Amino acid sequence: MIKIKELTKRFNNVLVLKDLNLDIQTGQTCVIIGRSGCGKSVLLKHIIGLLKPDKGKVLVDGKEVALMKELELTALRSKVSMVFQGGALFDSLNVAENVGFGLIEHTRINREELLERVEESLSMVGLGGIGNLAPSELSGGMKKRVALARAICIRPEIILYDEPTTGLDPINADSINELIRSLHDKLKVTSVVVTHDMKSAYHIADKIAMMYKGKIVLEGAPSEIQKTADPVVHQFINGLSKGPITEAIDTFK
Amino acid sequence: MFMLPFIDLGRKVIGFLHFIGGLTNLAAQTVYLTFKPPYKYEHTIVQLKKAGYDSFPIVSVVALFIGFIFALQSAYFMQKLGSEMYIASLVALSIVRELGPVITALVVAGRVGASNTAELGSMQVTEQIDALETMATNPIKYLVVPRFVALGIMLPVLTLYANIIGILGGYLICVMKLGISSSMYMNITFDSLSFKDLFTGLFKAWIFGMLIALISCHEGFNVTGGAEGVGKATTRSVVFTFIMIIAADCFFTALFYFILT
Repeated sequence: MIKIKELTKRFNNVLVLKDLNLDIQTGQTCVIIGRSGCGKSVLLKHIIGLLKPDKGKVLVDGKEVALMKELELTALRSKVSMVFQGGALFDSLNVAENVGFGLIEHTRINREELLERVEESLSMVGLGGIGNLAPSELSGGMKKRVALARAICIRPEIILYDEPTTGLDPINADSINELIRSLHDKLKVTSVVVTHDMKSAYHIADKIAMMYKGKIVLEGAPSEIQKTADPVVHQFINGLSKGPITEAIDTFK
Repeated sequence: MFMLPFIDLGRKVIGFLHFIGGLTNLAAQTVYLTFKPPYKYEHTIVQLKKAGYDSFPIVSVVALFIGFIFALQSAYFMQKLGSEMYIASLVALSIVRELGPVITALVVAGRVGASNTAELGSMQVTEQIDALETMATNPIKYLVVPRFVALGIMLPVLTLYANIIGILGGYLICVMKLGISSSMYMNITFDSLSFKDLFTGLFKAWIFGMLIALISCHEGFNVTGGAEGVGKATTRSVVFTFIMIIAADCFFTALFYFILT
């Protein structure tokens, strides 16, 4: 279980997260929505310990991430995977080496078993047989799927997705959504998905949480979110140009 | 308005202190992680090839021309004194003690240091360094340590090689152009050189190698702002490395002068 308590983070005097609270149950797929630049990715980076909070805490299975020692952090990161927005595949390695990276670096797995695991992970994302290609030879959608294969290759308990469908055509975006859903069903992982793609959010979420002004302003099941009367959430999920979110920006200007 | 130059100066001083602090922190972590198991030699071997083996052609050309130029410039003055035969010792001492290590370091800083910063900077802006961390891999251990070890080993090797090629350049000018006999040139060269000259030059090269690795990786890790940021960091890396090489050369030359004389 992931528990986030009063998380606060500033960058150069800009308050990005402000006393943010959120609970994500084991096995749940929680989608965090919000405008670009509202701090969704910053929240993900706190969960995996890439950033330390200014105030508050993030607990994963009861342990506070910011207080973890090197070995504990290594143990956490061997059960939590992250899929980055642009894939973040290593340019100097081929697809197979990218996918098997975690196993190569941290286990004494033999070569046959490694290749088997890599091919299995690539097949799960529909890209079997491309292990010898370089990341530069892949399309945007393929890079995201390879990143997903890399994330699942270590058999994680938690997967963090940073805008997995951004920049993809609708067909590729839908196939990524299907993948996230099927990985959740097959591997029973806890998923935290950051996105502003509402179609994707409704498709994959058990719970949706809306971020606004550094806080979670509303959380609930997709059906509850769709019916909400909250004007901020209503404007965002319906993609309206007029409403409290844009009014606040206009006032600020 | 009156205060603006002072504010600008203050910012530059803070920026410099920030750079020195970051570099010291990176150096301490790199040294610690170099000796901390597990040891993965394959990344170091790749860097030994990139930093060392691939630099031999350019070092050869530069060292040969430096040998030519230095012999010709020395000849201009020595001929006036009628002491052409001492050109050999002048060339040998200057190259082994000073020009060999410094010129090799500057060439490697421009070739390998710039490449390190651009590579690590691109990895930073495309979140590859964050990805390494999320996969429980320390980016310093994985990216900096192999470069640090490789440059620490290869810069003295390249310097030794540059010394030989530089002396060969001086030899070609003296023997083929100035009419000094081959055996006399070689005798004077070896008579004038001592172990101390070679050691101080190679020691400085070792320091320069580690400086190039640390500064180039530090600048790469601190890239912000996409492709433009990578370009700026690469320029900054080369400039800082050049300055630090010259400053370290001055420091160690003075240190050896007072310790070893």
